[in-house]
Amino acid sequence: MTIETTSAGVLALIAIMALVTLVTRFGGVFVMSFVRINPRVESFINTMASSVLIAIIVPMAVAGDLGALAALAATGMTMLVLKKPLPAIAMGLVAAALVRYVI
Amino acid sequence: MSANLYPYQFESRKVRAEFFRLLPISLFVVAFGTAFGLAASQEGLSPFQSILMSAAMFAGASQFAAVDMWGAEVSLLPLMAVVFAINSRHLLMGASLYPMLRDVSPGRRYALLLLLTDANWAVSAQEYQSGRRNLEVIIGGGLVLWMAWILGTSVGVFFGGLLQNPKAFGLDMVLGCFLLSMALGGNKSPRVLVAWLVAGAGSLAAWKWLPPNSHVVVGALAGGVVGLFWADRSDK
Repeated sequence: MTIETTSAGVLALIAIMALVTLVTRFGGVFVMSFVRINPRVESFINTMASSVLIAIIVPMAVAGDLGALAALAATGMTMLVLKKPLPAIAMGLVAAALVRYVI
Repeated sequence: MSANLYPYQFESRKVRAEFFRLLPISLFVVAFGTAFGLAASQEGLSPFQSILMSAAMFAGASQFAAVDMWGAEVSLLPLMAVVFAINSRHLLMGASLYPMLRDVSPGRRYALLLLLTDANWAVSAQEYQSGRRNLEVIIGGGLVLWMAWILGTSVGVFFGGLLQNPKAFGLDMVLGCFLLSMALGGNKSPRVLVAWLVAGAGSLAAWKWLPPNSHVVVGALAGGVVGLFWADRSDK
C-alpha cells in the first residue's frame, strides 16, 4: 500500500508515524503494568537499561568513520578524567570535526 | 487515598531545574534539528509539514530515516516498520522507568511518556541506578529538548543553507557522545561490565546478521539477561 505525498497524504503519513512512535513510548510501560516486579525482574530491567546505551554506541563506533571513532574516544577519555558530561561531549565534537577536517 | 496509591511527588522547582540542566545539550539538538529541517525540505516537504513532523514525532533518527524514504509516493508498511524498529528502544526505555512510574497515576504516567527521549531518559535511568528517583528530568528535560528539536527544524527549513554539512562539525555525534558520557558516569560493578560486553557483542551480531535497526533492542535484551541470572544484592 502506498500513500501519495499530496498535502493530505503527507498529513496522514505524519499522523501514522506519530502514532507508531507513540506506541513505542507507551508500550513498554503498558506491558510492565502487568508484570509483578520482584528483585529478579528489577535486576533484569536495571541491567537492560545500562545495556541500551552500549547497544546504541558500539555499532555506531564500528560502522562510523574515523571521525566518529575519534569523537567517542575523546568523549570516553575526557569523561573518565573529568567525570563531567558537557566537556566530554564538547571534546568529542571537536575531535570529530578535527579528524574530518584533516582527512 | 490516591496519594497513597501513587506516592511519587513531583516538585515543580526540580522540573524547572532539569529544564535548565538540559539546556546546554539542547543547543546541540537545535543544530541536529537544523540538519533534519534541511533534509526534509530537500525531500520536498513544506516548512509546515517538516515542523509538524518534528513536533508530533520527536524522534530524530527515525525522522531522518523516514524522509530518506520520501518520494512522489511512500510505501506505508515499510515506512511504519522502519519507524517502529528505530523507535523500539523506547519500549525498553519506558519499561526501565516502570519501578518509578508505577508510583505515578496512569494519566500523568502516560502524559510524561510523551516527552520520553534518549537524553532525558539516560539522565533519569543513570540517577536511578545510583538510588535517586528523578522523573522530573523526563518532564523538564523533555520539554527543553522538544522545543529545541522544533526550533532546530524551523531553522533548518528556512535557513538550512547555513549548515550544509553538519558532519563537518561533528554534530552527527552529539547523541552518541552524550550517551557514552552517561554510560561512563553510571555505576560500573563487575555485573554491569559483563552486561556491557554481552550487550555490545549482541548488538554487533544483530547489526551484522539480523534485520536493520534491530540491534539496539537485541543488544539491550542480551545485556538484561545477565542481570536476570546475576542479581546483585549490593545494588541500592
